[in-house]
Amino acid sequence: MGAWLDYTINGLIVGNIYALLAVGLALIFGVSHLINFAQGSIYTAGAFIGWTCAQRLGTPLPVTMAAVVLGCAALGVVIERVGLRPLAGSARIAPLLATIGISFVLDQGLQLLYSPDPRSLPSPLPAWRIQVGRGTIGALDILIAATGLVSAAVLFGFLRFSRLGWAVRATAQDSEAARQMGVNTDAVNRTVFAIAAGLGGLSGLLVGMYYNHIDTAMSFQATLKGVVAQVIGGMGNVPGAIAGSLLLGLTESYGVALFGSSYRNLFAFVLLLIVLVLRPNGLFAGRQAMSPEPLTGTFIAPSRPWDVPRWAVAVCVLLAALLPFLPNSAYALQVLTNAWLYALLAISLTLVAGTLGQVSLGHAGLLLIGAYASALLALDSGLPVWLSIPAAGFVTAALGTALTWPAFRLRSHYVSIATLGIGEIVGLVILNWESLTHGPMGVTGVPPLTAGTVELDSPQASYWVALAVLVLLGLMQSRLLGTHLGRTFRAIRDDDVAARACGVSLDRYKGLAFAVSGFAAGISGAISAHLYSYINNETFTSQVSVLALTMVILGGMGNVLGAVIGAVALTGLPEVFRFTAEYRQLIYGLVLLLMIRFRPQGILGTA
Amino acid sequence: MTQPLLSVRGLQRRFGGITAVKGANLDLCEGELLSVIGPNGAGKTTLFNLISGHDRPDGGTVRFGGVEVTGSTPERLAALGLARTFQHGRVFANLTVRDNVLMGTHSRMKLARPGPPLLGALRELFLALIRPPGVRAEEQALRREVEDILHLFGDRLIPRLDRPAYSLSYANRRRLEIARALALRPRLLMLDEPTAGMNETETAEMRTIIGQLKARGQTILLIEHKLDLVMQLSDRVIAMDDGAEIAAGTPAAVRHDPAVVEAYLGHRHMGGEQTPDAVALEASP
Ligand SMILES: Nc1ncnc2c1ncn2[C@@H]1O[C@H](COP(=O)(O)OP(=O)(O)O)[C@@H](O)[C@H]1O
Ligand SMILES: [Mg+2]
Repeated sequence: MGAWLDYTINGLIVGNIYALLAVGLALIFGVSHLINFAQGSIYTAGAFIGWTCAQRLGTPLPVTMAAVVLGCAALGVVIERVGLRPLAGSARIAPLLATIGISFVLDQGLQLLYSPDPRSLPSPLPAWRIQVGRGTIGALDILIAATGLVSAAVLFGFLRFSRLGWAVRATAQDSEAARQMGVNTDAVNRTVFAIAAGLGGLSGLLVGMYYNHIDTAMSFQATLKGVVAQVIGGMGNVPGAIAGSLLLGLTESYGVALFGSSYRNLFAFVLLLIVLVLRPNGLFAGRQAMSPEPLTGTFIAPSRPWDVPRWAVAVCVLLAALLPFLPNSAYALQVLTNAWLYALLAISLTLVAGTLGQVSLGHAGLLLIGAYASALLALDSGLPVWLSIPAAGFVTAALGTALTWPAFRLRSHYVSIATLGIGEIVGLVILNWESLTHGPMGVTGVPPLTAGTVELDSPQASYWVALAVLVLLGLMQSRLLGTHLGRTFRAIRDDDVAARACGVSLDRYKGLAFAVSGFAAGISGAISAHLYSYINNETFTSQVSVLALTMVILGGMGNVLGAVIGAVALTGLPEVFRFTAEYRQLIYGLVLLLMIRFRPQGILGTA
Repeated sequence: MTQPLLSVRGLQRRFGGITAVKGANLDLCEGELLSVIGPNGAGKTTLFNLISGHDRPDGGTVRFGGVEVTGSTPERLAALGLARTFQHGRVFANLTVRDNVLMGTHSRMKLARPGPPLLGALRELFLALIRPPGVRAEEQALRREVEDILHLFGDRLIPRLDRPAYSLSYANRRRLEIARALALRPRLLMLDEPTAGMNETETAEMRTIIGQLKARGQTILLIEHKLDLVMQLSDRVIAMDDGAEIAAGTPAAVRHDPAVVEAYLGHRHMGGEQTPDAVALEASP
């Protein structure tokens, strides 16, 4: 029984930490209908500011905490001013994508500053523990609980009794009306970002001390947890975010108790999906129709796509096909093979995110399914590789569509959150389903590409295979876009209410688009698996999903050729300029930010 | 008596504290034009949404074409032959004029027939990709039909066939929406304030077009603020206020109904489009 008490205490402590993240997210969502995906990066920044103060400058704990809160609040203000305010008035999803770009930049900035090596951040508090029943509580637990309570109380007082707090509440209720009544909504946004960032940074510091471990890769999971907690409590609902966080902390803690620590995140994301599907307004909202607010989910800037003549495309393909005959092309071939595989992923994503308007952040999950399907079919079922790859395409189309099905009824950034969760779930199921997927060991010895008896494992052959598959699927997708299906997908993107009035069944056409998209992504993942010869559940992470989205935006949403160009640009250019890996992420983030801000229609224009 | 095409009984819809539609009843026969009038916030659009499946009623029934369709989905109602436009205009902004109208034909496409679950969808994908002659012929026929429909609007839309809808003027977007609804070859056409925001010439033009549709035998349910237009076109009129019917009958009878006059006068302070109409009501003998 004592163990259970410990798990409960642990759940509540972790829940408190999530609450510090989620409250800020809820405040921001309340006033600006934005999910701040940079929240986790601020949390990491808070941990590192704390580490610098405590370990380098030797400050006492209260000073460290104050420095973290102030430093992160300043960071929040900068983010709001530079990254988001200029986007006021653009598509709803634009600021969300901008915060993703900002998080890339922040994470990589921290990594360059502090190196990716993990550090320890010991708690300066005394090590005593109080016996409670048969569990124990330590000084740090009490500090975390107290921080949570004090923050909540201060926040409550601020919102309730200060003038600025009143302005925040007014803006959250109706920002247009608030503006007309003379509320300075810029000041409100700035305040809210400062509060959110200050609390987020504090959360990072406390987590660092709790686990005595910080590293620059902890941002993404933190963002996800904060978002999950907020969805559970109801987007924009501050008390709901606290309750959702505690619930999430407890669920995870009990899940770990029952099944082991590798199940922690699986529980979190399954809970996320259940809430999104059954109670999209959160557990604590009354049963009402989903607010009609975030209607415009698409990131489609009105533009006419560039009409690239067919012969020009044909010439480019021909030149690409002849490249292996050039001397000394081995390095270029390797880079471009990778680019073609990314391009396959990008055309897959541009179909759903661009043409259909469902901005998926879970495409890495599709790559994983494709990679595992082909690897396991070839290894464990003995299927020849030239059959296992297309089979993996079909498996991914079917599984991917089935998994995304619950998200079909959602709109706008709810779709992005749900697909992000689904992508994470795929990785976690692969990690935990050992009997099928070999679990954390991964799959070794994936056979190389072959066609019948012909070995295709030379760099030239791999290059041609990837290029040929890309051309084939690219042509197929272009052809599809010219039919009534392309028209129907775009109609759903532009106005799903009007599409239904025309007799369009949303489920059917979303299903078809995700199936076609899943096929291409699955093939890309499958070919990659045979080229890498080793895969595990982290071969494709959510960072890959975001990178693919950056490619899609760079090329022009929905634009097949644009997706290919975006993929070549983002995989090729860093090679040309010989950027090291750390700088690459920084560049991806900056490209995403600049495109959203200055050329939302992408290079070739949205289609 | 023949069965009405549309028959609404006791339809109700509550939003939190307010009841937007309080037990609406109406019958509409083939070939008839029935107008629903009433001040802003009377519940007309909500009534439309309940009939067309875009909103679910809290009580009451809707029968369309002899079938009970209460709480059906909009796509099912479209397949049964119900088409509508939206008060604030909902064209597909990034689609061309042609594609917008082609979307209206969606529920009639053989290619897009539901079929068995899953298999029907896969068949549609497969046929769209290989494009056999039958599929191509259907698409060609629909494209010709689109131009026929657009000719109804003179040279307003035909010269702009390949322009994206976002580039159209406001009035042209409203026309395009009606064209898209007509492409469904609807048994019932529901128009929600088709002349809102139009100037006098444009309104007159729209009146002629609706008149032509009626002359062809098109059954129409119309929400409209401009009473002149309502009086000239309608076979019958229903007046609503605060979610309830306050008068029904011939245009002349409804026009002179004291409850209607009062409802319009009572809302005069709200400004907007009904003010001149209210004055006109007052002045009419
Ligand atoms: N989705 C909704 N949520 C809450 N209230 C609504 C909603 N839709 C309409 N209403 C309310 O219902 C009433 C009727 O609105 P509506 O049907 O649009 O009137 P009309 O079309 O006659 O101007 C109004 O008071 C309006 O505020
Ligand atoms: Mg209305």
